Amino acid sequence: MSVKEIFESMEYGPAPESAAEALSWLADRGNRFGQFIDGAFTAPGAPFESRNPASGDVLATLTQATQADVDAAVSAARAAQGKWEKIGGPARARHLYAIARLVQKHARLFAVLETLDNGKPIRESRDIDIPLVARHFYHHAGHAQLMESEMPGREALGVCGQIIPWNFPLLMLAWKVAPALAMGNTVVLKPAEWTSLTALLFADICRQAGLPKGVVNIVTGDGAVGEMITAAEVDKIAFTGSTEVGRKIREATAGSGKALTLELGGKSPYIVFEDADLDSAVEGLVDAIWFNGGQVCCAGSRLLVQEGIAERFHAKLKARMEKLRIGDPLDKCIDVGAIVDPVQRERIAAMVEGSDGEVFQPGPCPEGCFYPPTLISGLSPASKLMQDEIFGPVLVSTTFRTPSEAVQLADNTRYGLAASVWSENINTALDIAPKLAAGVIWVNGSNMFDAAAPFGGLRESGFGREGGPEGLQAYTRDARKPKALKPIAPFGGDEAEPQPVDRTAKLYIGGKQARPDGGYARAVNDRRGKLIGQAPLANRKDLRNAVEAARGAAAWSSASAHTRAQVIYYIGENLSARAEEFAATLDRMTGARTGASEVEKSVERLFTYAAWADKFDGRIASVPLRGAALAMRAPCGVIGGFCPDAFPLLGLVSLMAPAIAMGNRAILVASEPFPLAATEFYQVLETSDVPGGVVNILTGSHAELAPAMAGHMDIEAVWSFSGADLSAEIERGAAGNLKRSWVNYAQDRDWMRADGEGRAFLEAATEVKTVWIPWGA
Amino acid sequence: MLETTEAPMTVTHLPQTLEPRNPGMPLEMERVMRVRANRSAIERRAASLPGRRSLKKDFQAAWLARAISCIDLTTLAGDDTPGRVARLCAKAKQPVREDLLAALGLEGLTTGAVCVYHDMIAPAVQALEGSGIPVAAVSTGFPAGLSPFPLRVAEIGESVKAGAREIDIVISRRLVLTGDWEGLYDEMRQFREACGEAHVKAILATGELGTLQNVARASMVCMMAGADFIKTSTGKEGVNATLPVSLVMMRAIREYYEETGYRVGYKPAGGISKAKDALTYLALVKEELGDRWLRPDLFRFGASSLLGDIERQLEHHVTGAYSASWRHAIA
Repeated sequence: MSVKEIFESMEYGPAPESAAEALSWLADRGNRFGQFIDGAFTAPGAPFESRNPASGDVLATLTQATQADVDAAVSAARAAQGKWEKIGGPARARHLYAIARLVQKHARLFAVLETLDNGKPIRESRDIDIPLVARHFYHHAGHAQLMESEMPGREALGVCGQIIPWNFPLLMLAWKVAPALAMGNTVVLKPAEWTSLTALLFADICRQAGLPKGVVNIVTGDGAVGEMITAAEVDKIAFTGSTEVGRKIREATAGSGKALTLELGGKSPYIVFEDADLDSAVEGLVDAIWFNGGQVCCAGSRLLVQEGIAERFHAKLKARMEKLRIGDPLDKCIDVGAIVDPVQRERIAAMVEGSDGEVFQPGPCPEGCFYPPTLISGLSPASKLMQDEIFGPVLVSTTFRTPSEAVQLADNTRYGLAASVWSENINTALDIAPKLAAGVIWVNGSNMFDAAAPFGGLRESGFGREGGPEGLQAYTRDARKPKALKPIAPFGGDEAEPQPVDRTAKLYIGGKQARPDGGYARAVNDRRGKLIGQAPLANRKDLRNAVEAARGAAAWSSASAHTRAQVIYYIGENLSARAEEFAATLDRMTGARTGASEVEKSVERLFTYAAWADKFDGRIASVPLRGAALAMRAPCGVIGGFCPDAFPLLGLVSLMAPAIAMGNRAILVASEPFPLAATEFYQVLETSDVPGGVVNILTGSHAELAPAMAGHMDIEAVWSFSGADLSAEIERGAAGNLKRSWVNYAQDRDWMRADGEGRAFLEAATEVKTVWIPWGA
Repeated sequence: MLETTEAPMTVTHLPQTLEPRNPGMPLEMERVMRVRANRSAIERRAASLPGRRSLKKDFQAAWLARAISCIDLTTLAGDDTPGRVARLCAKAKQPVREDLLAALGLEGLTTGAVCVYHDMIAPAVQALEGSGIPVAAVSTGFPAGLSPFPLRVAEIGESVKAGAREIDIVISRRLVLTGDWEGLYDEMRQFREACGEAHVKAILATGELGTLQNVARASMVCMMAGADFIKTSTGKEGVNATLPVSLVMMRAIREYYEETGYRVGYKPAGGISKAKDALTYLALVKEELGDRWLRPDLFRFGASSLLGDIERQLEHHVTGAYSASWRHAIA
């Protein structure tokens, strides 16, 4: 075409980014790679091919790691860890800073290689992925620098196994490696088998940065290698990927004591109110669902538009879709690149073919591993595609009438990763944003990320946060060394003595005393074998009733922190008034003489959490934005807890108080050998203005209730400090709805001291929700 | 597209030759107030656009030539003289060195118009005679628009009489700032009537309107009142044309077109001096409004120094060597 013809047609024309440097980097290494273990590449072994999805060309031959490779990588990481942690935060900061600098120096090489390997537009890898990678290392260099002063009492976990997906290959590596290294951990990382090349380039960068050998190890291969890492002697698994695989990892690591964070799938709502800037909301959708071809876990893939503007909005959206340019990802003028692999492309196509909605696709779409931007409208929540993650450039849509219906529809999902809210009304936007069941909420925006802002999900989108100080919790632990928990058996005996008046201990459900569904009770004896009471044996139906009661007490979660504090103070006051009676009950039950001090400590603990109720604040993250990113602390919802066997009153209070102080509703299973303090305690609750359903108390067998509790789909978190070894059972069962679990792995906790309270409990009782609020008059 | 490629390069760039003129419509306050402009989102879009669109080689050269064809080559200085204006007009007729245009196959390329103050209309008309290049005049008490209203209306009539075929009027900013949309509508209506056959560009002086929301609403009101073009700035405000403001105004134009079927033109003015910026503006027009707007009858740059930078880029395109400003004729 001549200049004159272009002058008339005003077409864009090709604007290719050269692949030469990246291809020669691969060629210099023979286009073949082994594993990166202990600071060096191993000889290539069992090969698999890494392809450019846009062209189908083979870019390199990689090696499927063997069990021996994984073992070697873990041993190298283990050998390096102690020294890496001991060199101290400031020294580690220098290393992370050097990595950040080197990523910047080789930014274009990384970007081009990423685009070649993954198929995402060069504009995205160049302007978004790689700059965020550098930013992540800079930010975490800072955390390393400050660790000793700002995180006293925390230490590295040890060796972290990290398994990352193919949609943001280098960025997900950065999200995993930077915090791990900053906190003194060493890592064995497996990139996705479709997209390992930038991880291998990163390995090269680690060498250039002079990172000590074994601190970063990279093994390549498919899911089988992931399973090997999960099973290996590592202290933590960090996984980003599908909910299905996340669930398997939860099951596989159950009871192992390995720390776990999961960042999984999503079906994030994108809510447009009638008073939104519609053109900007349309543009926001481009960044929400056509960014990286919609292969984004937090993609705004579920459009909810207010009914009155739906037609106009869809018309604008379709017009915008016609302008999207699909094609060669290395072209600087391309909006939507290739789908990562033909397998994924087929998966997307099959899902769209099965849809019952009205499908709109602007034409034309290039041949090959490309899929056109797609809008499926006229769907209802019952439609499969409104519920299932597609992981492609496919937007589904429906309408809503009112703000509360928008929230209802938005939250009508198993996932809870991200959400967008569009409205020019500050009241609407700021009211809706925190109500949404999502870990990240963007007001008038989408897909904003920064190293300082925690990212992660609720529900089946996983748990744990990445980014900011909140993300560091997932790579550190309490430096205090726990002791093994000694089991406590209930006292037996059959001696009875007449009671002045027979008393019947009951369960406490929904603010009412309830007889157990099964109609069974267990005799409780004192140390000398004398019968001191009967404790009801709760079964799964009682648990079900308790969960329903707790779910119904939702108003507690929106009550003000001041109100919650007042109620907790009141519990303390009423408990204090009956201190002697409780002390006597405790002494009689446990046969010890610590009753009085336990009651005293319980009152103090109630006061502690009443104090905390309005002080465990969120944070405003320092992100590059005119506006604010609020890292808010939201209650988990309904928390089930197995109380410790020792300290029958203090244990119960130690779980209950932080849970309700943060706005949760709790279902607590009392100390198994010594249940009668709990059944007395509900009388205190009854007299302390605790709304019905906020605290529910069950007694009975922990082992019997554990599977029901762990498997219950309407419980957000389960804690276990039980004397029974329930950790594996609970973590396995928790895989069902991926509820958060906090278990003791048969380790003891000193409930009478600082170990028994504080931030760890508050953190477990809350979810971090990051609300991004850009502003501008 | 309505335009045919056979149209001679010297075709007159007045809209009536190609496009039915926007007759305006009754002021519909509901539509005006419905307009929303979210600053942060608009700035994000504007900031990412240059990274999303890229033009190379022949495409870049052709687009730069297109930019030239859309320039209102402007002089608005107190020391303008007939001689100075004649030089400017000569440059408008031959904006790029002949050998370069020949190499590009774009002989006969001219700028879109020449833009001057009232007193310079006559010398400009004379200098441009036979070229087909229209003369645009700034009017209505430009740049502040605070002279007596009858005089402002009369000024338009004088300028039309003097031969200006395009009138760049300035709106009364206070009408926007006080929310007097009816007042703005009436003012614009009268300016439009005074223009007669001459086309009217409404200068919003966006740098003085305070918010993007005001820019959006003022755009809508001026179009309803019959503006043929909406234009950002006089070039004399502290902040002149910007990409976010352009995005807002283009979206208003699109909305107006979707609702009425009339295409209104867009003219960013002031502060666009680099070839690369011109390409970004053209890409924004292509993305937000479509190819039809990439013609001088619907798009103009109000610029004086932009041409010089484009000339150097074109020489680089033709020769492969970076150019120097003194190798190109000044205005």
